[in-house]
Amino acid sequence: MTTLQILGSGCANCVRLAHNTEAAAKELGMEFTIEKVTDIQAIVRAGVMKTPALVVDGRVKLYGRVPNVDELKTILA
Amino acid sequence: MAIQVSTACEMKTGKQRKGLQKSAFRSALLICLGLVAWWHIYRRLSAFADWFAFSVLHCSPSTRLGSAVQFMVYESPKVLMLLVLVVFGVGIVRSFFTPQRTRAMLAGTRESVGNVLAALLGVVTPFCSCSAVPLFIGFVTTGVPLGVTFSFLIAAPMINEVALVLLFGLFGWKVAAIYAGTGLMIAMIAGWIIGRLKMEHYVEPWVYEAQMSDGMDEDAKLTWAERIHLGREAVRDIVGKVWPYVLVGIAVGAGIHGYVPQNFMAHIMGKGAWWSVPLAVLIGIPMYSNAAGIIPIVQALLQKGAALGTVLAFMMSVIGLSFPETIILRKVLRPQLIAAFIGVVAVGILIVGYLFNLLM
Repeated sequence: MTTLQILGSGCANCVRLAHNTEAAAKELGMEFTIEKVTDIQAIVRAGVMKTPALVVDGRVKLYGRVPNVDELKTILA
Repeated sequence: MAIQVSTACEMKTGKQRKGLQKSAFRSALLICLGLVAWWHIYRRLSAFADWFAFSVLHCSPSTRLGSAVQFMVYESPKVLMLLVLVVFGVGIVRSFFTPQRTRAMLAGTRESVGNVLAALLGVVTPFCSCSAVPLFIGFVTTGVPLGVTFSFLIAAPMINEVALVLLFGLFGWKVAAIYAGTGLMIAMIAGWIIGRLKMEHYVEPWVYEAQMSDGMDEDAKLTWAERIHLGREAVRDIVGKVWPYVLVGIAVGAGIHGYVPQNFMAHIMGKGAWWSVPLAVLIGIPMYSNAAGIIPIVQALLQKGAALGTVLAFMMSVIGLSFPETIILRKVLRPQLIAAFIGVVAVGILIVGYLFNLLM
């Protein structure tokens, strides 16, 4: 089971990243949970200065941009 | 759940890297070809617009309709092409300036030098207002002075590539340079003043207690192919978002050309009306728009006789001081500090407005 987290205040980019990430994980046939982390202190603790960020199993994999589904698949794979 | 930070660049395996190097060659070649094609198309736009408006559509150059059509057919591709080129270039430049690097550069400088550097870095460091809070915390907790942080936060939204391209494309390089120069001055000086006001205790106390890890800096290890990819992504994101505004702006410019009296705005927003600059700033602060959205209005105002200083002040207060951003910043700043921030920047914008109405 992979834990996916989207860090961000909930702006349009965060929603897009969550959407694309979910689509990528589904296409890969992953078993996963996805949650949005909007708590600013948690975002800061992760060292993220630019939102949105993608955290996979507790590791920051990407921040500050919204890649397309294909690129997210290579990041998740 | 605790979130670890990966230090190594583990996104890419060796195999992927090789593939990326190969595609870097290809993309470099494509970029060169693209630039040549861009230049040849760009320099023929004017001739094409004449041919299209006057030969294909049989409009007469001397009629209102003819010149409006020619204006539209020439300006639309011109501004969009400039936008694509600059956004692509800036996208690549920005891949070198991560927030982490910018912070490291600013943490080690003296305050006055820091204000200058922060304003300049604000232009090239990618930033959106939804990241204002984590960025603010990341800066002040690692020793970047408060005033220097503000120089960055003021410059970043106010001076951006979209605003500059549009000003350059529609009003010429002088207006674009004036806007960039005075915007930078405001960011530097306003940040310096906020630093002198010693308002550190008006930052919410939990901010200084926040523990921010170094974060990963994957961007520092990007390959050229990836930087080019980021440039293309920037074009897709930014140009994809702003093109309708640009076209509306140009249509407004073309449309009102003959139909609204030339000096319609002159007595309201012209040089003679001393109160027009503060009024423009007051109206501009609660308004929120990106640079592209405000351009149609700027276009219309300038063409109808509004003074340049007044219009610049309006544009700066709309895109530089925004209501949503201050609400976001309220999470980390007490109201007194927010008031000082808006007050100092608004005074700076007022001075710029009056200065240009006097000089031009």
